[in-house]
Amino acid sequence: MSGQRVFMDFPITATSHTLADYRARGGYEAIGKALREMQPEQVTKEVATAGVLGHGGAAFPAGRKWGVITLNDGQPHYLCMNADEGEPGTFKDRWLLEHTPHLLLEGMLLGAYALQARHTFVYIRGEFDLAYRRLADALEEAYAAGLFGEQILGTDFACDLVIYRGAGSYVCGEASAMLTSLEGKKGYPRNRPPRLTVAGLYQKPTVVNNVETIANVPYIVKHGSARFREIGTPKSPGTQLLSVSGHINTPGVYEVEYGYPFADFLANECGGMLRGATLKCVIPGGISTKVLTAADIMPITMDHQAFLAAGSQIGSQGMIIVAEGTCMVSLLQVMTRFYHHESCGQCTPCREGMGWLEKISNRIVAGRGAPSDIERLYQISRANDGTTICGLGDAAGYATVGILDKYREEFEYYIANGRSMYDGRVEVAV
Amino acid sequence: MKHLIPEFEQWKLRYPAGFESSLTIPCLRRIQEERGYVAESDIDDLVEYLGVPRIQLEEVLEFYTQFRRAPIGTHHLQVCHNVSCTMRGAERLLRHLHDRLGIVAGQTTPDGCFTISRVECLGSCGTAPMMMVNDSYLENLDVAVLDTMIAELSAERAQ
Repeated sequence: MSGQRVFMDFPITATSHTLADYRARGGYEAIGKALREMQPEQVTKEVATAGVLGHGGAAFPAGRKWGVITLNDGQPHYLCMNADEGEPGTFKDRWLLEHTPHLLLEGMLLGAYALQARHTFVYIRGEFDLAYRRLADALEEAYAAGLFGEQILGTDFACDLVIYRGAGSYVCGEASAMLTSLEGKKGYPRNRPPRLTVAGLYQKPTVVNNVETIANVPYIVKHGSARFREIGTPKSPGTQLLSVSGHINTPGVYEVEYGYPFADFLANECGGMLRGATLKCVIPGGISTKVLTAADIMPITMDHQAFLAAGSQIGSQGMIIVAEGTCMVSLLQVMTRFYHHESCGQCTPCREGMGWLEKISNRIVAGRGAPSDIERLYQISRANDGTTICGLGDAAGYATVGILDKYREEFEYYIANGRSMYDGRVEVAV
Repeated sequence: MKHLIPEFEQWKLRYPAGFESSLTIPCLRRIQEERGYVAESDIDDLVEYLGVPRIQLEEVLEFYTQFRRAPIGTHHLQVCHNVSCTMRGAERLLRHLHDRLGIVAGQTTPDGCFTISRVECLGSCGTAPMMMVNDSYLENLDVAVLDTMIAELSAERAQ
């Protein structure tokens, strides 16, 4: 059993995303409770006690992020939901946006109340179509029902929400780049300090939370942090929405409690390997996390501690399952092409480094690699670690080093023979 | 662009005061939605309307992949070639599109019907391989799905 559910506890029907259906399953009770019975600080405390960890990739405790905001400091505060889901392999936030948009709006209301944010934003990636329409329709329903605007639910609480559509940029999923983009500029990340909770959107204190992080808040406020902590493991409380794709039979989004064993997940939710293939490795949390071999991942449970101990991270919860026979050199080429395309060009090590990672990968795949290229890939990866404003270059480095560490012999073979150890494909070769 | 100003003014009601600069991306999106691309005259009009520097608009148009400064084909086929889609056959499907339409990514068919682009992850890896056809996602692609799509869109044009 994959355990208890926080999100996927209702059947999906033609109307399950609407306000009427959301209310029928207890929706907007949490904001009612908070406005009637709780002070803003209590909402933050409840989220902090619940121990919900950010679901965007960094696993930062959400309550601690909220706790940094000083209420009544005489300046506006902003709350922004990060729905710029773009880490390759990740598509879980899209599930929440499409199937339960009112849960997200209620979470935003609770966050706005806790942070005393009069204005809130959802930054949604520009390519999302149904997800955007579902959220936009839900917002109009909520405004019409008096859940946004002035005097919400007959109280003095007021909150507006803007859905802001991106226009095609991976780096805008990084919180500071997102706020620069939300100011209507090209999405360059910003140096910290100051932190965004001190000087964020238009230099005002701003909290940026992932979609799934916000989605946990109504449950926590409604049922209490103690009940939330009964789910998952002591250090990774709650559930996670895993996006799983690649060489498996039933790719999709699955909600599992933290601590669910990977082997069970692969056999049950994933429906086993595609066409009876053998598991080679797993890119566990979006392509920016280090690859785990079958031997690394088969014995472990899916929670932050277990993944860190295995040398990787849960990351953005986007798992890519790779079958035996897949050429890891070709796979790295696809990944470095992506990072090169998405580097914003602001910092030299990333702007130049991503280009060289791709060029070197390309020449190895073309059969023109030199033995020294492996060391060059390592050097470029290390040169990005900690030397750039945002984590894009670091992440590309981790991904590259992860593959080189585990599959060096495939690179050596490719360079020595001018061809792949397998058939060079990354499509399942069974 | 000027006829869109009443719509833009409506949007402002939900923004805090002083957020004019934030409207650049939504306004450009709306302009492109209508015209198919952003024209020089749109930039002039938007500079005047929002009071932002022209360079800011130029940078935004250059930086974000979805913006265009020139028209493209009626049907924009944006094929994801990132990890999960490649693992499920994206390159094979791109070759099929090239064979069927006679163009490679970055080109438009001579009749102006199709433009093919290679794009990075569109957040739909569970239904890989996938592509966007204009604003909509077309998922779980295989050769048959592509052929049906091409036949339907070509027939639509012939009418």
